[in-house]
This record gives sequence, structure tokens and C-alpha cells, in this order.
Amino acid sequence: MTNLTRRSVLTAGAAMAGVALHPAPLIAADGAATDGRAGAAGDGRAGTTTRVRLMVNGRGHQLDLDRRTTVLDALREHLALTGTKKGCDHGQCGACTVHIRGERVLSCLTLAVAVQGQRIDTIEGLSPPEGPLHPMQQAFIDQDAFQCGYCTPGQIMSAVGCLKEGQARTDGEIRESMSGNLCRCAAYPKIVAAIKQARGRGERA
Amino acid sequence: MRPFEYTQGESVAHAATLASGTGQGQTDAATQFLAGGTTLIDLMKLDVLTPRRIVSLGALSDANEKIELRGEELLLGGFAKMAAVARHPVVLAHCPAVAQSLALAASAQLRNMATLGGNVLQRTRCTYYRDVSWAKCNKRSPGSGCAALTGFNRNFAVLGVDSSCIAQYPGDLGVVLAALETQVMLTGPQGARQIPFTSLHPRAMGRPHIENTLREGEIITQFRIPVGAVTRRSVYVKVRDRASYEFAIASAAVALDLDGEVVRQVRIGLGGMAYTPWRSLEGEQVLKGKSLNDAAMAAAAAAALAGATTHGFNDYKPELARRTVVRALQEAKAMTPAREA
Repeated sequence: MTNLTRRSVLTAGAAMAGVALHPAPLIAADGAATDGRAGAAGDGRAGTTTRVRLMVNGRGHQLDLDRRTTVLDALREHLALTGTKKGCDHGQCGACTVHIRGERVLSCLTLAVAVQGQRIDTIEGLSPPEGPLHPMQQAFIDQDAFQCGYCTPGQIMSAVGCLKEGQARTDGEIRESMSGNLCRCAAYPKIVAAIKQARGRGERA
Repeated sequence: MRPFEYTQGESVAHAATLASGTGQGQTDAATQFLAGGTTLIDLMKLDVLTPRRIVSLGALSDANEKIELRGEELLLGGFAKMAAVARHPVVLAHCPAVAQSLALAASAQLRNMATLGGNVLQRTRCTYYRDVSWAKCNKRSPGSGCAALTGFNRNFAVLGVDSSCIAQYPGDLGVVLAALETQVMLTGPQGARQIPFTSLHPRAMGRPHIENTLREGEIITQFRIPVGAVTRRSVYVKVRDRASYEFAIASAAVALDLDGEVVRQVRIGLGGMAYTPWRSLEGEQVLKGKSLNDAAMAAAAAAALAGATTHGFNDYKPELARRTVVRALQEAKAMTPAREA
């Protein structure tokens, strides 16, 4: 237990949960076995899983998921990518913002089964594990653009999208473009400053 | 969220064949189409919508998201994303009110997800509809009553309402489409047809659970807006409780064709105000052929709200709407339209 980190605990926990929820090994290749009908009426458990192929941060994953699973829950509960946060779970706070097909979207309102094979990018994939931070991540640190940090991954993913969409020409435009990301600590002025810093240094895709 | 079957529609025609049980917006419809998902998934989590089957239309997007000007019509694909339409140069030039209504709606993330077809069919934000712990909701449970009539009805409709439902149509784009005489192109199991946008959303008339006039399995493939001088001088003014990412408490879409000060053509739509996307022919009638001065604007605004019915907490709405209509008329009059292409 010498190298115990929060990440390793979460990863182990997710792996164990995976075993508990899916005692059968992933069915190989054909995948047809799980792509079936809903279970007996009203049962709500049996027969509701399906094989889902997700492409996250450039890596392919095959998961047996309940069809109701959102991208947010797939990331957090099945892939141990807990950087993407669950805030309201109803598309009102922006904490769950990820990029799908290069666009910033809300992972809490997106069914995993509906975005199979599509490119999904999360905060974990924004910069290489051993490399320098993405300019937006560095700007949030430089500008002290957070307090508790819970909304920050969503803010950063949204901010990267804001710059990419060319909606960061003025402070007002940044505030409007970032209005889908709430911050209960109200770090808004510094978030605007961070986006301006990243804008000034050019954007990395 | 209740369990469901999931099927992927491969084309508009294929999806239509999968769509038995889609109904006309009833909350208990057995089948729901999934496009952007921003309304559907939210309401499924709230247990308001409980489909047994979802037919995903995601694969239809690429073939049905085109935005183009063809002759005197602006064609907007039913699967175009809100964000793409809001920033499209052809839309900005020929129908700025459409672009404004989209840019002022929702958040950047939601605009990247939501399609135009889904947007116009979005459900009311009525708190009593969205919270299943309230037993009385004619929209959710036909015949159960309406908790909003005597409830906290501050942002509830004052036009087109009756005692069965006073829920407000929440959208912005729909208000512009209603005012600008848009046609809706549909494809269903029986083939394609075209309807006026203003007939897409029926009045409550004692059956507010019927939310649209689509036939079973029909999918919105395109919107067609006749464009001309009147749409090039168009604005959408939205008034809300916070500066961004909020539904309207009042809004107005105005399009004008002016001969000097004299109104050749005018279109007026009202949002945050009515049970359906609302066009005010009464307001337009007051202005047609008249000089567009302060008195005429006020008279048109008064005519537009003449039939308003309020329920206490929303008593403020008619006056706010009148002022919003006047503001939109002033802005449209003052604007410099793009030149004809």
C-alpha cells in the first residue's frame, strides 16, 4: 500500500465492480449474444445489457452495458475515467462536458449505445500522461481559475471547445459561450482570464 | 430510468418502419425517437417519459443536416444542429432572426447536440409536468387536472391557454418559424408530406397530452422558410431572468419589409408567452400599410396581447410582452439588412 493514490483506489474499485456486475467474460467477436431484446416485461434487469464499443481518448473499449448507461456513467463507472464529473445529471451544469466527434457536448444526456465508434475525448486525454499540460489546463493553473475544482474538468473541456469554435473574441463572448458551465465557487472572472491566456498562446487541438 | 429496447434507424425510410407506437407526443407513447437526446434522456431520468423502445435517428444526421438557399427558400435540414444553423452565413444574411433565436437558446454544449427537429418538438418546462410527484397534470396523465392553474405559475402561458393546461411552449426557434410562414417536410410510413409549421403544435383544447400533429412514425426532415426582404430585416428579442442559458419569460420575433416608414409586410411572433409557438396576425394587421411610428407599434403590441388570460403569478406577462414586441419592432426598423444575394 505504499503507492496508494486516489486514482489507483478508484481504478481497483471500478475493476472489482466490473467483475461483480459482469460475472461472465465479455463475449468474443460476434457480440450478437448480448445485443438482444429487453427482458421480460417490467423486470428491468434481465436482458437489458448490450455490447457497446466506445472509442475514448484514442483507445477502443468493448463493454457490456445496461442500455440506459450514459457516456458519463460509462466513463466513470466502467472505464475508471473519473475526471469527467457528475453534477446535476440533467444537462444543466456542464460538469460532465466531453468532446464527441470534436464538439463539446454533455455526457450525462448522451447514451453510450448511441455514440458507438464515435471519437470521445475526455479531460484525461487532453494532454499526454508524461508530457506538458494542455495550454488551457496550464492557463487555469496560472490564473487560479478554480477553488474547489469540481467543475474544472468540464470548464476546461468547454473552454477548449469555446476557443475552437472561435467564440472567445471578447470577454462578453467568452461569458456567453461558457454559460453552460456553472461554478458554485464563482471563479468566473478567473475562468475568463484563463481562456484569454490560452487564446493568446494559440490553441492545440 | 426504465429499461428499453434500442434500435438504430439506418435511414429516414427505415426508421419510419420501426416506429409503431410513437404517438403524438403522449408521455406514455411506447416508442420514442432519439435525436440529440437533450429532452428525451432528461425526461426519462425524471420518469416523465417511459418508452419501452427507443429508435435512434443518429445515423440519419449526415443526410439530413444540409443548410442551403434554393431560389426564394431557405432550407434547413431537420437534423442540422442548432449550433451549425446559428452560425451559418446564409442564415445570418437571409433570416437573422432564426440565427439569433438559436444563439440565444440553451448552452453551447446543448446547441452542439440538439437538432432542429428535436428543438421544435421539445417539451414544456412546466414544473408540474416535469415532476411526477404532482398527481395533477393533464399533459402527463390525461384527465387528472392542472396543478399550475392555482400553483406557482409565474412563467406560464397567457395566450392560447384553456383550463386543461397553461403550460408554456419553451422554445425560441419555433416562434420565429411560426412567424415566418415556414413549411415542415415530413417522412413517415405512408410517405412524405408537407405541413405549415403553425399546424405542428395543436392547442390544448382539453387534450394537452396530444403534443403534435405528426402521424405515427413521421420524422421531420426539413424546414422551408420563404425568404425575401421581410426575412432579411428580422430580429429575435429574448427577455429572461438571467443573461444567458435560460428560457424566455417573453420574446418577440419581428420581420419587416419597409417602404420608407411605411410597412409593406410584417411578421410578429411571440415566445415565452403562449401554449404554442405563436404568430400574431392581429398585431400584424394593425401595422400593414401604416407608418411605423411609436403609436402604431404600441397599437400592434396591444392587439397582439388582446386575448391574454393570466393566472396570478403571471399577471406581469402581457405588459412585458407588449414592451418586448415594441422593442423588437424598433430594432427591426433600425437594422441594416444584408443585401439581396
